[in-house]
Amino acid sequence: MNKHMENKILNKTSTLEGISRVDGRLKVTGKAKYSAEYSVKGITYGVLVPGTITKGSIKTLDIKKAEGAPGVLSVITYLNAPKVPGYQTDKPQAKGMLKIFYDEQIYFNGQPIALVIADSFERALFAASLVTATYNVEPHQTDLIKNRSNGFTPRKDYSRGEDDAYKNAPVKVEQEYFIPTEVHNPMELHAIIARWDADDKLTVFDKTQGIKATQKNIAQAFKLPPDNVQVTSPFVGGAFGAALRTWPHEIAAVLAAKVVKRPVKLVLSRADMFTSVGYRPLTWQKIGLGATADGKFVGITHEAAGQTSVYEDFTENSVNISQLMYASPNVTTRYKLVSLNVNTPTPMRGPGEATGAFALESAIDELSYALNMDPIELRLKNYADTDPLSGKPYSSKFLNDAYKLGADRIGWSNRNQKPGSVIEKGWLVGYGMGAGMFGAYRGSATVLARMMADGTLLLQTAVTDIGPGTGTAMVSIASDIMEIPAGKIKFDLGDSSLPPSPTQGGSSITSTVGSAVNDACKELQAKFQELNGTTESGKMDYVQILKKHNLQQLEVTTTSHGGPEQNKYAMYSWSVHFMKVLVHPATGVVKVDKAVSVADCGTIISNKTASSQIKGGTIMGTGMALMEEAVIDHRYGRLINNNFADYHVPVQADIPQVEALFVNKPDPYINPIGAKGMGEIATIGVAAAIANAVYNATGKRVRDLPITPDKLI
Amino acid sequence: MKQFQYLRAATQQSTLDAISKPGTKIIAGGTNLIDLMKRGVTAPDKLVDITHLPLKNITPTKSGLHIGALALNSTVSENGIVVQKFPLLSMALKAGASPQLRNMATVGGNMMQRTRCSYFYDTTMPCNKREPGTGCGAMGGLNRMHAIFGTRDKCIAVHPSDMCVGLAALDATVIIAGKKGERRIPFTEFHRLPGEHPDVDNTLAKDEMIIGVDIPDNNFAKNSYYLKVRDRQSYAFALVSVAAGLDISNGTIRQARLAMGGVAHKPWRLFEAEKFLVGKAVSEDSFKQAAQIAMQGAKAYEYNAFKLKLAPATITEALKHASGLV
Repeated sequence: MNKHMENKILNKTSTLEGISRVDGRLKVTGKAKYSAEYSVKGITYGVLVPGTITKGSIKTLDIKKAEGAPGVLSVITYLNAPKVPGYQTDKPQAKGMLKIFYDEQIYFNGQPIALVIADSFERALFAASLVTATYNVEPHQTDLIKNRSNGFTPRKDYSRGEDDAYKNAPVKVEQEYFIPTEVHNPMELHAIIARWDADDKLTVFDKTQGIKATQKNIAQAFKLPPDNVQVTSPFVGGAFGAALRTWPHEIAAVLAAKVVKRPVKLVLSRADMFTSVGYRPLTWQKIGLGATADGKFVGITHEAAGQTSVYEDFTENSVNISQLMYASPNVTTRYKLVSLNVNTPTPMRGPGEATGAFALESAIDELSYALNMDPIELRLKNYADTDPLSGKPYSSKFLNDAYKLGADRIGWSNRNQKPGSVIEKGWLVGYGMGAGMFGAYRGSATVLARMMADGTLLLQTAVTDIGPGTGTAMVSIASDIMEIPAGKIKFDLGDSSLPPSPTQGGSSITSTVGSAVNDACKELQAKFQELNGTTESGKMDYVQILKKHNLQQLEVTTTSHGGPEQNKYAMYSWSVHFMKVLVHPATGVVKVDKAVSVADCGTIISNKTASSQIKGGTIMGTGMALMEEAVIDHRYGRLINNNFADYHVPVQADIPQVEALFVNKPDPYINPIGAKGMGEIATIGVAAAIANAVYNATGKRVRDLPITPDKLI
Repeated sequence: MKQFQYLRAATQQSTLDAISKPGTKIIAGGTNLIDLMKRGVTAPDKLVDITHLPLKNITPTKSGLHIGALALNSTVSENGIVVQKFPLLSMALKAGASPQLRNMATVGGNMMQRTRCSYFYDTTMPCNKREPGTGCGAMGGLNRMHAIFGTRDKCIAVHPSDMCVGLAALDATVIIAGKKGERRIPFTEFHRLPGEHPDVDNTLAKDEMIIGVDIPDNNFAKNSYYLKVRDRQSYAFALVSVAAGLDISNGTIRQARLAMGGVAHKPWRLFEAEKFLVGKAVSEDSFKQAAQIAMQGAKAYEYNAFKLKLAPATITEALKHASGLV
């Protein structure tokens, strides 16, 4: 069956109790198996050798010592690597994914120049240290600020109304904002085990957000029928966008397994994670925001320049939020890319919007002080009731409810509009807020639902769970519809032999796969009704019905996707973040005393995991605001803090109290379950909320992240 | 990582015998040494594991407290006598690293840890400390974390320890064993400034080992504070830290001890500021003056000029906490 269920939403909000994570026990007892943990017969170990120059080419490569080291099976370089069939194209000069071990060219510092395969990880690591290279070094450029004038426009500038209309507004803010490179840095390192089962058959245990995409990409690279590539990835230890693509190291592992004719395990080092699997790009922004004296926006101009590599153009929606978020008659956005000798960025949680929201939501806060108006009031004055970009009605928007919920919970009434005016126990106190939005999507997914004779419901689809609790949400949906306890439902995922599901990204999986689970369960229920000769829906004794008809099982496979409503409405998820911060007046230390994040993302399917997801996103945004920054020494083009001691992510002490609240009103149009995505909006707007709170506390406006103590003293 | 031999030392004497041979290093908790070996910064042929030697005791002496070189950072920080009589040391230890690291790290190892300068750790970069004569990457580079006191052109790295800042302030003595027997030196003379030999962190000879530290009794327990300013609230090295101990009687300072971390190649004792405070009344004003005195001779580089403001502010703040003004 392949039909679209027209807007028959579960006409109820969730009970906000929710089940516990269905795989929680496996995870905390270490029984959940991640990509590097599969025990594969004959396994060998790969270690990448990073190049040490930033631009130029390899002159000589000496691998003799490494080849002679104990336990080494092979040292793969561009000189001896078998050709990757998918790398051979008609346009060899065309931009695209870095081709690993393809030629002598070096595009960025840390680019792999060799892969050592040995019979143990330690031996591979030691041998990797013996590989030496000489280079033809060319002058490099890694500094976006220095090279901003060399940017190019990858997509058309946007304008509605009058260009740069803010300039003529009675009250205006014109400021530049800067975010440094932020690296996803999930706890789990990227890892792949590649095993050739036959000359044209391959199995990979691989960290990925997209089972089917990985299957397709690897099949394409090695010119195999997709069905001949088995991808297994049931557990992913965080990804945040870093596993959206099939990266060069994955191709390298598959290639190496071919060379040594044995399975190869390749786990990136933490340092590799900074140069191999993307990052949120360092971005310069400028906002011009103009308003009337009573706070009505006259115009927004939002410019951005983001960095990308020289071999690939990575664009993101850094300026789009200014087109979408508020009802401004005039909006101009300009977006530039600057090609530098760095590796290619990749979407990181709230891609584009998290960057843009820092600038826009900071500028609005600045305007609120210029107008001496409460920042919530200013936002409500410019509240969009229809999508300013398309003019379409929203499928649902309750952001104003979210403002109220969050303001009440943080104690917004305690905020003093005058900066630097509240001191508690020697610390300056400040309140700030920042809002966020992200497109709400529904793709296509296929789910198999099978009721077994013992009353167990099996659900299967080739989705991943990168941490949000996808399995838990799917079990919740099925449990609701089938009216059976969660403990009787098994959700199989992370395997390319299962029915297709899309890549887990863009906050779309609960909407997409959840709808497919919904549809499959309803269809299965209908089948039972038919079998039972009943028409009224409601609780059924599935076991009895199967027994009565002498059936071992009953199953359906349902493909589910959106219909015409997807074009009729503008669909977004919304968030607002409220922060109470403490800033030490003498030392500039910032502590987030309390964070409250409120999401308006339709029906909450699984409250516990949803809360965790929002809190995680708030903490990630706190890292962006206060400490995360990958730093390059531009003299060398090399990162100086590519490790967890020097690249700081927040710890408990930085953000002791985080609360997640939900509007929890169904979206009547997006899908049959009324739920929209929340992964991205959890982070979008957080950095501005903290910067705004810091301003409220100190009167100091920090426009270049992260807000470290030196910027406040 | 290069292959190496591992030897478990049976006695102090066998340790001394082993380390007299080149290429041999002592390992205790290994919380820094293992990192250095992984990064290729150091590549010993042989490691002598001393964790089984009887040097873990924390024992009261006639005039203070003896702490064995192998006492764990976590054990010392929670020891009853330390908490009661030398709270400054407990606070400094707890400000350092993470609980997991403190459970492994020893007192002697903490003293022997090396700088966290990024250029020191990256073997492709110039570094006079790692490879004398190659230059200093930090000098014209990203030196936000670097020293403002006691620097020379060859090296501007800082010593990363918190514990050592506490021990420097507490007038501790280091007890060192060598082939010729034991020697004792003031803690403040254990670590050295870079001078012409930034590759040498301290005055411990290659064939010597630390066996413990002694801390003399004092009157600072009631008025002690360790204040560490850092980029995140745990598991981060200091931008600036200050250990402050005051002996206060009827609102007048009788004695003061001050040391700073994150500002020099060694724990930086503020002798002049201490002298200034003696006899002064407890007041923010005198603390600020002391902080100004402490900053004499400070010199900043491109990215660490903020320390010229942060350091005196932190000194003042630490003194306010120690004296009960906050």
